[in-house]
Amino acid sequence: MTLIEVRELSKTYADDGVSTPALRGVSFDIGRGEFVAIMGPSGSGKSTLLHLLGFLDRPTGGTYRFDGRGIDEYTDHELAEVRNRKMGFVFQTFNLLPRTDVLENVKLPLLYSGIPEKRWNRMAEEAIEAVGLSHRLSHESSQLSGGERQRVAIARALVLRPEIIFADEPTGNLDSKSGKAVMAILEDLNRTRGHTIVLITHETYTAEQAERIIHLMDGEIANDEKVKARRTSDHFIK
Amino acid sequence: MFIRRAFTSALRGLNTHRTRSALTMLGIVIGVTAIILIVSLGEGAQALILGEVQSIGAKVIAIVPGREPKGPSDFLSTFTDSLKQKDLDALSRSTNVPHLGKIMPIVFGSYSVSYGSETYRPTIYGATPLFGEIYDVHPKTGRLFSDDEVRGYADTAVIGSKVVEELFGNEEALGKRVKIKEKSFRVVGVLETTGQSFFLNFDSAVIVPYTTAQQYLFGIKYFNRIVIEADTEDHVAETIEDVNTTLRASHNITDPEKDDFFLETQADAMKTVSTITDVLTLFLAAVAAISLIVGGVGIMNIMLVSVTERTREIGLRKAVGAKGSDIMLQFLLEAVILTVAGGLVGVALGAFFSFAISLILGRTLAVDWEFVFPVGAAFLGIGVAAAVGLVFGLYPARVASKKSPIEALRYE
Repeated sequence: MTLIEVRELSKTYADDGVSTPALRGVSFDIGRGEFVAIMGPSGSGKSTLLHLLGFLDRPTGGTYRFDGRGIDEYTDHELAEVRNRKMGFVFQTFNLLPRTDVLENVKLPLLYSGIPEKRWNRMAEEAIEAVGLSHRLSHESSQLSGGERQRVAIARALVLRPEIIFADEPTGNLDSKSGKAVMAILEDLNRTRGHTIVLITHETYTAEQAERIIHLMDGEIANDEKVKARRTSDHFIK
Repeated sequence: MFIRRAFTSALRGLNTHRTRSALTMLGIVIGVTAIILIVSLGEGAQALILGEVQSIGAKVIAIVPGREPKGPSDFLSTFTDSLKQKDLDALSRSTNVPHLGKIMPIVFGSYSVSYGSETYRPTIYGATPLFGEIYDVHPKTGRLFSDDEVRGYADTAVIGSKVVEELFGNEEALGKRVKIKEKSFRVVGVLETTGQSFFLNFDSAVIVPYTTAQQYLFGIKYFNRIVIEADTEDHVAETIEDVNTTLRASHNITDPEKDDFFLETQADAMKTVSTITDVLTLFLAAVAAISLIVGGVGIMNIMLVSVTERTREIGLRKAVGAKGSDIMLQFLLEAVILTVAGGLVGVALGAFFSFAISLILGRTLAVDWEFVFPVGAAFLGIGVAAAVGLVFGLYPARVASKKSPIEALRYE
């Protein structure tokens, strides 16, 4: 079942009259439950692609259908709703709210969801348990290690059980051990809970934990291949 | 998103930057404090002055010679000699003014009074014994001069406590002779201490028969005032009419525009005092209100800084599903919460300071200063503070809501 359908998608940034093409017409599909890594050197357009896929930006050309509906058919208001209910985001820089504890950070998407407030705590606690941080509920983000912060960010991304999780260099700011733990969680979410995952990375080692790698180069797809020898995390650090 | 949730996240946003929030609030706090303080003290002063005016008595009508002053340039026209003995006689006739209770002419001026080597310059009043009842001042020792003494141009004087203190010190004043403008007077009474009253201070007054004062001190044939008391409060309006009619007849005036006298009543005085203090209070409060605008600009400034600084947070909120309107509401609420909280603190501080000042004024000036909490100004202050938050929070909130999520997330 196709979740994402991209055809000749392009994005050109126009800044001060100078137009810079970041994406020059890419086409691919991503099925439900897939674990896809997007690789490429910096400037290859992978972040731009992720922003387009994540409804954070609109393309300047081509079509993008998410869940059977083209991005042009969504109003800004509806884009926000889809981001809220069907998408989760994990960023390289964690982006937790300062001076706010783990539970409140994870609750953030619930704030905009229309879900009755009395269910918020239970939903947030479940998500935090899924990333193994139940013992850190009332810690502020500044008291957590980098790996723990990223796990909080993952809990925040999955609190509304989204269809898809977009992870933008999630291990980029982490040491290798924490990075492995984060990747193990993403892999687990994909395998046991069926979340579709789109991962951006420039590390081959990380990318090879996905089922499929899309290589970008200068805004175009250089290669789109199944991972033959898929690495799996040996263990999931609870 | 419901207002309550926006409210919660606005509160969290403010709580995250406590020091900045407090400093931002300060402008509003100071503005509202100043407004409450000014209005409260203004109302206190008004109550005090009105109390003084009321003490004159509602039945008293003062006839003032000259044209009623309509402006500062008219002021000199009050120093005229239009009130004469024949007016006093005409007003005293019950066919002219049937509801007349009391009538008393007054002349006044300022001369040095001496006793031995001591001199003092009090206000000299020439009056009749009725002044005691009309102004509610009574001799502590001795007596007031009599009507016979008034008729007989007697050299008797009643003096206030301050005059006694200045001229006699601890010496007994009764029966002593004091000199006013080469004329010797015998002290027959010493008035009780009344304290400063708004219009008259009998403590530093010397009161002599008006006849004597006219003849020997001032050398005039007219009166500076004729004071009338109606028999009851209900007859004040009627008595005013009768006085006007009588005096116009006596002065051959047909056109009321050309009156060479005018009447002052307690009601007039209260109205004048209220108008003056109201205008003053309003003016000062308006000046204080300007500081609210300045505070609002400060809030806008800090909110813009805050929006820029929290660009990543805005981006994150948008990424996890916040709509532009959610962001707008949050920042707008942050501004309004700041200003309303500032308003509340300002009201509390203003009330506190004004209470403290009322205590100090009461002690140091020995006046009966009452602390007034201006409920209206408190609500107005908080309302204006909320409006300032709305108006000056709008632009920063719009800026925040327009931020593109990717620009916001990329922001370093």
